[in-house]
Amino acid sequence: MSLLQQQLSAGRFVVTAEIAPPKGIDTAAALETARALRDVTAVNVTDNQGANMRMAPLAMAVLLLREGIEPILQLTCRDRNRLALQSDLLGAAALGIENLLLLSGDHPRFGDHPGARPVFDLDSVQLLQGVEELMAGRDLSGRPLCGLPRFFPGAAATPEAEPFELMFQKYSKKVAAGARFFQTQAVFDIPRFEIFMDEARPLKAPVLLGVLLLKSARMARFLNANIPGVRVPEPLIARLEAASDPLDEGVAIARELVACARLRCQGVHLMTLGCEERIPEILG
Amino acid sequence: MIISEQKSKEELLLALDGCKRLFLVGCAACATACKSGGEEEVFRMQEWLTSLGCEVTGSLIIEEACHIMRAGRDLRQHRPAVEEADVLLVLACGAGIQSVSSSTDKRVIGGLNSLFLGNIRRFGQYEEKCSLCGDCILNETAGICPVTNCAKGLLNGPCGGMEEGRCEADRDKECAWNEIYQRLKKQGRPGVFARTVPPKNWGKVLKPGRHRIKP
Repeated sequence: MSLLQQQLSAGRFVVTAEIAPPKGIDTAAALETARALRDVTAVNVTDNQGANMRMAPLAMAVLLLREGIEPILQLTCRDRNRLALQSDLLGAAALGIENLLLLSGDHPRFGDHPGARPVFDLDSVQLLQGVEELMAGRDLSGRPLCGLPRFFPGAAATPEAEPFELMFQKYSKKVAAGARFFQTQAVFDIPRFEIFMDEARPLKAPVLLGVLLLKSARMARFLNANIPGVRVPEPLIARLEAASDPLDEGVAIARELVACARLRCQGVHLMTLGCEERIPEILG
Repeated sequence: MIISEQKSKEELLLALDGCKRLFLVGCAACATACKSGGEEEVFRMQEWLTSLGCEVTGSLIIEEACHIMRAGRDLRQHRPAVEEADVLLVLACGAGIQSVSSSTDKRVIGGLNSLFLGNIRRFGQYEEKCSLCGDCILNETAGICPVTNCAKGLLNGPCGGMEEGRCEADRDKECAWNEIYQRLKKQGRPGVFARTVPPKNWGKVLKPGRHRIKP
């Protein structure tokens, strides 16, 4: 059983973070970042995030394992059909990877290969079901497997998406399809997150609140304009603007969000974007 | 209707590859409606080719260029002019071009790009509503196809990129899943939201598609 699963089952407050594999094969910087994430339970390895081509997350996740760092392998539907997805999943299991985050994936249109053919042979719900099938010893066409893979599959949630009921029906489907934990998109609006948790709590899947470190008012505005499902409220932007050191203020905001998460959900997923050294403060 | 547009003049010049004697073929159906390969466009093409110093040996508008037998028959009726030409320039969709190329041993140049199976909003404004996937779930999605209208073709609801009911891939467009959701709500039925849709069977339409009406 993965440490992530153990800690969530035991009701411990869990902290995860993420790294991106390099665009190239020099993994030194990514590994250094991962080593700096000492206070976290597990580290997400992103899968061609934003549809920008990078090294295979499966390879990066194995490199983390070798370092004694527990990975959460992200796997998107965007780049692989059902054969490739299942094939990668079996490979991941054989290499000792248990934690998964299963995603639809960002559309290639905005990545660095906009002419790529989007795949989406499965959606995230169907991929979750596929993982359940593999764990039961069958592939998606019902054929038996030799040796059972063991996974701890998770999925993403966007608590602030509108319309709420439409977003939430997908969330419910993901729970029913076997999502054992959720990491959310970055959330800044606590009352809205509370509304989400009121609905999510009865479904009993642990939720890790996405906490993104804001570094400046400009960054906050950029997020509002460009990142789907992320909304930094105006009062927070005003705080960053008025601060003598905006990064310190961002750390303070992140601390408040973590404190909120401690009362309302099962953990946090930290996105510190190169400021990993501030994590102890954020958690403090 | 098959929506098509003419290749750019630069692309056409490249495709012409120095060919000087041409027979022109248009289509009276979709390419005429798209103003890409009707009588007017064939006439304009002839003028342009002549201005380039090419010789147009003749032209023909086929009733429906996609009709393989008819395309063959019509071309036979123009045999002398076709024989005189080095190449046939076809202003029809990809299907029409291939009806023509299967009817002659001459070199065939396609002058259009085929875009999609389109609905007509009004004249000159076309929208893709159906992807011809062969596995239709419109009955459960309030008559809105997610395979076509969702940028990712998702079958179990919106992706994480939906914002305020808009699409991640095109903020000017409403999220297809939001449209489906709103319309089903109005109809007071859960529709597709009542079940988890399994992976799609892409094997239902084996490429190339073939269909024969049973007697």
